[in-house]
Amino acid sequence: MSAGFIDAAYEAVGAEIMPDAAALYASADMLVKVRAPSMDEVGLLKSGATLISLLFPAQNALLVKALAERGATVLALDKIPRISRAQKMDVLSSMANIAGYRAIIEAAEALPGFFGAQVTAAGSTPPAKVLIIGAGVAGLAAIGAARSLGAEVRAFDARPVTKEQVESLGATFLELHVEESGDGGGGYAKVMSKEFIEAEMALFRAQAKEVSVIVTTALVPGKKAPLLVPRDVVEAMAPGSVVVDLAAEQGGNCEVTRADEVVDHNGVKILGYTDLTSRMASTSSRFFSGNIVHLLEDMVGDDGFHVDLEDEAVRGALQVLEGEPLEPPPPPAPPPPPKAAAPRVVHEKVEKKPTKKGPLGTVLGLLLAIAFLALGQLAPTEFLQHFTVFVLACFVGWQVVWSVSAALHTPLMSVTNAISGIIVVGGLLEAGVGPGAHGYGLASLLGGAAILVASINIFGGFYVTQRMLAMFRRH
Amino acid sequence: MIQVGVLTMAYLVAGVLFIRSLGGLSQQETARRGNLFGMLGMLLAIGATLFEDRIHDVTLVGIAVAIGAAIGLFLAHRVVMTAMPQLVAMLHSFVGLAAVLVGMSSYVHPGQELSGAALMVHDVEIWLGVAIGAVTFTGSVIAWAKLRGSLSGKPLLLPGRHVLNLVLVGAIVGLAVPFVQAPDVAQGMIPLYIMAGLAGLLGMHLVAAIGGADMPVVVSLLNSYSGWAAAASGFVLGNDLLIVTGALVGSSGAILSIIMCRAMNRSILNVVFGGFGTSSGAASSSEQVDGEVQEIEAPELADQLAHAKRVVIVPGYGMAVARAQHPVYELAKLLGDRGVDVTFAIHPVAGRLPGHMNVLLAEAGVPYDIVHEMDEVNPKLPDTDICLVIGANDIVNPGAETDESSPIYGMPVIQVWNGGTTVVFKRGMAAGYAGVQNPLFFEPNTRMLFGDAKASVDALVGALRA
Repeated sequence: MSAGFIDAAYEAVGAEIMPDAAALYASADMLVKVRAPSMDEVGLLKSGATLISLLFPAQNALLVKALAERGATVLALDKIPRISRAQKMDVLSSMANIAGYRAIIEAAEALPGFFGAQVTAAGSTPPAKVLIIGAGVAGLAAIGAARSLGAEVRAFDARPVTKEQVESLGATFLELHVEESGDGGGGYAKVMSKEFIEAEMALFRAQAKEVSVIVTTALVPGKKAPLLVPRDVVEAMAPGSVVVDLAAEQGGNCEVTRADEVVDHNGVKILGYTDLTSRMASTSSRFFSGNIVHLLEDMVGDDGFHVDLEDEAVRGALQVLEGEPLEPPPPPAPPPPPKAAAPRVVHEKVEKKPTKKGPLGTVLGLLLAIAFLALGQLAPTEFLQHFTVFVLACFVGWQVVWSVSAALHTPLMSVTNAISGIIVVGGLLEAGVGPGAHGYGLASLLGGAAILVASINIFGGFYVTQRMLAMFRRH
Repeated sequence: MIQVGVLTMAYLVAGVLFIRSLGGLSQQETARRGNLFGMLGMLLAIGATLFEDRIHDVTLVGIAVAIGAAIGLFLAHRVVMTAMPQLVAMLHSFVGLAAVLVGMSSYVHPGQELSGAALMVHDVEIWLGVAIGAVTFTGSVIAWAKLRGSLSGKPLLLPGRHVLNLVLVGAIVGLAVPFVQAPDVAQGMIPLYIMAGLAGLLGMHLVAAIGGADMPVVVSLLNSYSGWAAAASGFVLGNDLLIVTGALVGSSGAILSIIMCRAMNRSILNVVFGGFGTSSGAASSSEQVDGEVQEIEAPELADQLAHAKRVVIVPGYGMAVARAQHPVYELAKLLGDRGVDVTFAIHPVAGRLPGHMNVLLAEAGVPYDIVHEMDEVNPKLPDTDICLVIGANDIVNPGAETDESSPIYGMPVIQVWNGGTTVVFKRGMAAGYAGVQNPLFFEPNTRMLFGDAKASVDALVGALRA
C-alpha cells in the first residue's frame, strides 16, 4: 500500500488477486514471500510447492523441518552466496543499502542541527561528525548518504579490507592497533577476541565525545548482534546526539536500544527502528522484486523452471528439495571482497604460472645449475663473493618492487635513475687520486667525467621524483 | 682515513636504505619517505667513500659534482610533466655513459696489482661493463630523440637487421680476445674503444627498430640496462654497494618491463625484436573499416554531460601532447560539482612512459582516488553514460578483442563501447601509433569531436560555465 502500487496495476499485467491468504496458499505452486512463513502458514502451503523467502534456517530449524514435511522445495533468500554473479539476486545487499541510507535520513531528522557546515551572517556551525560502525553494505550506504549531506564521517570495521572501501567514499577509517583481522567470510565480521573488543570500546568511548551521530550496522550471521555501544558510551555523547541501531531486531548493537522504539537516554536519542526498508517501500519493493526476478531468470532455462544443483547461487539458497532437507553447501572458496575484480586477476595469474614453465623451466634451471658449477670451478673467490651479493640483490629487488602500484611507475623509474647515480662512487675512486707529477692522469679525467654525469642523475633524479610525488594527492 | 670495516658498514647501511627506498616507492603512502631514504643512502655512500684511503684530493671531485648537480637540478626543475619520458630516457643515458667512463678509467688505472685469473676476470668485467654501458647510452639517446620528436617514432627497419645485430654481438664478443691478451694498457685500449663504438651502434640500432607505441617498454628496459651497467661497474671496482644497487635497479626495471608487456599481452622478445612495427605496416592498410563516423559539437556534448550520471574519462598520449590535463581536470571538477560521478580510467600502457598518465593527472591536481586502473573500470563501464576518450586510440580499440588479424589482438583494452555514448576527441582520422584502424569510431554509439584536445575541452568547460 505505502509503496504506491495499486491492485489494478497488478491485474493489468495479468496477475490474479486472491481474496485472502488462505486461498493464495492453497492455489500457489510457487510462493515468493518477504519474511519467513509462520508455522500456521506452513500448514496452508500446498504440498510440493516451492517457497522462496527470507528464512534464516540456522535460527529456524523447526520451520525448515516443517516445510520439509510438507514436501516443499525451499530457497532461502538470505543464503544466496555473496559472489559477484549472485549479487543481482542478493536481497540482503539491496535491502541493507536502503536501510543504510534511511538510517542517515532518520538521524538527520532527529538531529537538532545541520549535517553540513554553514557559514551565515546569523552564525556558523561546523559539519556534524558521524561515526559509522560496521562497513558492510549498510554501513557503506550510510557513509555515502552522510557524506552527501555534508557531514564529516568516520567509520570503523573489524575487517581491515574495508579500509579502502570506506576511504573510497570519502570517510576516515578508524584503525585499532591490534593485530587481528575480523574477516569471517561472506562479507561479515567474525566474533572477536577480548583484547580486540577492549581496544574497540576505548576507541568508541573516545569517539563518542566528538560525534553527534552514531550508526551501528554490526551483525554476525546467526548470532545475537554484538554489543558495541554500551550505556557509558551513550552517556559520553552530548545531549541532542542520535544513535541509529540497525541491529535492533537482533538485540541491538547499543545497550539501551529497544526494538521499534525511540529511546531518550539523557538527551541522546536511540532509534531502534526495524522497519527502515519499509519506510522506503516503493524503492524497497522494486529492488526486492528485481532480485527475485533475477533469481527466477537464473533458474528458468530452456526447459522451464527447474532447480539446478550445479548453480552455485541456487545451491547456496536451496534448503529443502522436494521434501528432502539438504546439507549446507561448502562456502565459496575465497571470502569474496565486494570488489572482486582485482583479486580474481591475481588468482588467474597464479594458476597460469605453472603451466607456462613445464619442461622449458626445468631445462633452464639445469643449464643455470651447470653454469653456476662451472663458474665456481673457474672464478677466483673474490669474484664469487661479489657474485653472491649480486644474485641475492637481484632477488631482493625482484621481491621488493613487484607490488608497485601503476600510478607510481614513473616516480619509481626516476628514483632508480637517481640511485643508479651511485656509480659516482666508481668515479670518486679514480678522480680522488689527485694530480700526479704531470697533472691529472687519463684515469682521473675519465673518473671526473663519470662523476659529472652521475651527479646529474643523482640530483636530477631525486629532485624530479620529489616534484612528482608532491603532486600526488588524495581528495 | 677510515677503516675498511667502517666503510663496508656504511655501504651496508646505504644498501639497506636503497632497498627501503624502492620498497617505499611502490605505495603512495610511503613513496615520499622512500625518496628520502634514497637521498640518505646516497649521502652516506658518497660521504663514506670520500674518506677512503685512495682519495687524496677532492678538487676535481668537487668541481665535477658541482657542475653535475647544477645541470641535474636545472633539468629537473625545468622539465614539464609532459616531457618526463624524455628526461627519464636522458638520465638512463647518463648512467650508461658513466659506466663506460668508469670501466675505461679503471682499465687505465686498476687500483690494485692483479695477475693471472684475477686479472682476466677483471678485464672481462671491464669489457662487460663498457659494453652494457655503451648499449644503454646510445639506446637511451635514441629513445630520448624519439620521445622528443627529433626522430620519427616509426620503427627503422633495415633489411637483415637481425643478422646485423648478430654480427655486432659477435664482433663485441670476438674483440674481447685481443683485449684480454693485450700486453699493456695502451694496446688494450684500441680494442676497447672499437668495441665501445660497436656496442654503441648496437644500442642505437636496437632502439631505432622499435616503434613509438612500445616506448613505455623500451624506457623501462633501458632502466633495467642502466642497472646492469652499474652492477657491472661494481664488479670492475670490486664494490659491493654498486653491485647491490645495480642489481636492485636492474630487477626493478625488468619488473616494470614485464608489467608493461603483460598489459599489452606480448612477450619481451616480441617487443625487443620488433614483431609489432614489422607486421602492422602492411596489415593496417588492408584493415579498412566500412561505415561513417558521426560528429558531435562541443555545446551539444556539454549539454549531454551535464545531464549524465556517470562519466568516465580515458586519457591517452594525445592529452599529453595537447597539454590538456589542466582543462580536463577543470571539466571533471565542473561535472563533479553538478553531481556527475566522474572517474578517470588509465590503461597501463597509455602514454610513452609507464605511469605517464598518472603523473600528468597528478600535476593537474586530480586526486588519485578518482583515477582508476583499467581492470577496475571495465566492469563498471556498462553503467556509464558517457565515456570521453581524450587523445587515446589503440587502448580503446575493440579490434584488440575481436579481430584476430589485428597486430594488437589480445591486448586488454578499456571497453568503452560497453558504455552509453563514447565521445572520441581526435585531431583527424589518422590511425593510432600501432598504425591500426579503430572500428570504435564507426560504432553507432560513438561520436567524434574533431580538433585539438585542449581547444575542445576548453570549449566544453566554457559551455558548461555558461
